[in-house]
Amino acid sequence: MVMEIVCPAGTPAALRAAVKAGAHTVYCGFNDETNARNFPGLNFDRAEMRAGVDFAHAHGSKVLVAINTFPRAGDEAIWHRAVSAAEASGADAVILADLGLLDYAARNHPGLRRHLSVQAAAANADVINFYADTFGVKRVVLPRVLSVPEIAAINCETKVETEVFVFGGLCVMAEGRCSLSSYATGLSPNMNGVCSPASHVEYNEQQGVLDARLGGYLIHRVEKGQPAPYPTLCKGCFSAGDKTGHLFEDPVSLNAEKLIPQLQKAGVTALKIEGRQRSKSYVAQVVRNFRTAVDALEAGQPMPEGMLARLSEGQAMTTGAYKKTWR
Amino acid sequence: MELTVGPNQFFWPADTWSGFYNDLAGSPVDRVVIGELVCSKRLPFYQERIPEAISKLVEAGIDVALTSLALVTLKRERKLTSELAEMGIAIEINDLTALAHLPEGTGFSVGPLVNVYNEGTLRWLASRGARRVCLPPELPIKSVESLVKAAADLGVAIEVWGHGRLPLAISGRCYHARLHGRTKDNCQFACEDDPDGLDVRTEDGRPFMAMNGVQTLSDSYACTDHQIELLRSVGVSALRLSPQSQGFMQLCSMYRQRLDRNLNRGELSKDVLSTNPGIRLSDGFLLGACGADWSGA
Repeated sequence: MVMEIVCPAGTPAALRAAVKAGAHTVYCGFNDETNARNFPGLNFDRAEMRAGVDFAHAHGSKVLVAINTFPRAGDEAIWHRAVSAAEASGADAVILADLGLLDYAARNHPGLRRHLSVQAAAANADVINFYADTFGVKRVVLPRVLSVPEIAAINCETKVETEVFVFGGLCVMAEGRCSLSSYATGLSPNMNGVCSPASHVEYNEQQGVLDARLGGYLIHRVEKGQPAPYPTLCKGCFSAGDKTGHLFEDPVSLNAEKLIPQLQKAGVTALKIEGRQRSKSYVAQVVRNFRTAVDALEAGQPMPEGMLARLSEGQAMTTGAYKKTWR
Repeated sequence: MELTVGPNQFFWPADTWSGFYNDLAGSPVDRVVIGELVCSKRLPFYQERIPEAISKLVEAGIDVALTSLALVTLKRERKLTSELAEMGIAIEINDLTALAHLPEGTGFSVGPLVNVYNEGTLRWLASRGARRVCLPPELPIKSVESLVKAAADLGVAIEVWGHGRLPLAISGRCYHARLHGRTKDNCQFACEDDPDGLDVRTEDGRPFMAMNGVQTLSDSYACTDHQIELLRSVGVSALRLSPQSQGFMQLCSMYRQRLDRNLNRGELSKDVLSTNPGIRLSDGFLLGACGADWSGA
């Protein structure tokens, strides 16, 4: 079976662009703190979600709704309403991370398909099967800590579908288990749906040197005219011992296009593209390229090469944990 | 309020490890969580010493629980995790994988690396046998308060991160190995050189984080000296003190005195700062604008 391309949509326009470009599936979220890309001007209100699902279904595509932050104590009703709204919109599944919310959805919305978000960081077959047996989870988005052989081994031991990230931003830490951002800024992916938020970024140029700070901490210092990457915490330049450099990760993004055949052999069901904050033209381009690749693979034809390099905007690319030496 | 000592997050030589738990048996703490949390490669160096350490602690009247690993990916790690349930000792799960292996109905406790952010999750864990939960350190006091209320009805004790470098992230990648130009599989145990983690500074020299193998910690030592009255009034059952290589027994005694009202607010942190020049304290996750904030500044 052809591998499913799961594509991000931060806006109704991006959803339509992705569907037209050939996305089998689009994932998106409501415009509040219930999803892990809670950025200003992004995401869907209830009516837009309904219209988006109708549009996708009319074109033979599916829609997944990410409700993948961890509900705040005392305010769980906001997240419960989001699950209801996703079901009412006709969405094909919800993507959840929180144990309490999974339990709620399984009990109150048994007919709504449940996917396990990468934010749950389920990294082995035992725990994936546990989520399936306990909450009826049908698909797991694997955390970006696993190599391709490890993914293959997981697929031998579970009936749960696996979805893996192949392109876009790269978390270096196990997802859903990182509070670096709230340590520096007070806002975190788990609680607020944001990491290294733009509201806490400051740029300061002095004597030809550009400093990028997050929450007051210097993340990058580059000479004027040099590329200045966004100050994402875990990809900053720091010192430890007698060394200075990108101690956690270089300012790279993930590109696993060359690994698609291996991922298919490893039993992966779906390939996920990161980037709900991206423009509709970017999304359409990435979708077209990945769709071409999986269709070629399915037809037994050679994969088109290097098709995505120019979309990385000059950023370096990595295959991340899929190659064991990344560790 | 009680004192729980969390699992040692660092890699210490086996003799240092044994000496630490030997000393702890004579300390005024109520509960110790023991075992390997961060990296399964460290465990063989001290694994055979765990039973003796447990015996000594139990003889001293201290409750003991075994921790699970925080991130379980390899076959050998899955095996280790499945065997925890057979040890005949209480288990603290720090990854849901450990719960998958516990027979239903077995009581257990939940460590700070399991995401318990709301009442629904707490209720579900309690229904599976959770008796004690140490909350994730990033939770603000308002969430702690709501969760304590819910926990009271469920018969679950709530613990909060009381003192020590904060566990901020866990990764598949070993940063100590990367710093030395190695991979995790060929790490040569670089993390052993840093018994409290290796300081990570910004390029302009500001302390920010600490690396500890696959784990990333805060540069600052979390300290609840200024929040003890608040935490008590909210109904928190216990504070968690996280092992450090220097002055830990003294720290346990001071927290005991502070809880027993024999030390005033501010005295404990003042002592910690004067005996450990160069370190920074924080308590911002509970009340501040960000985790790194310190109310005693």
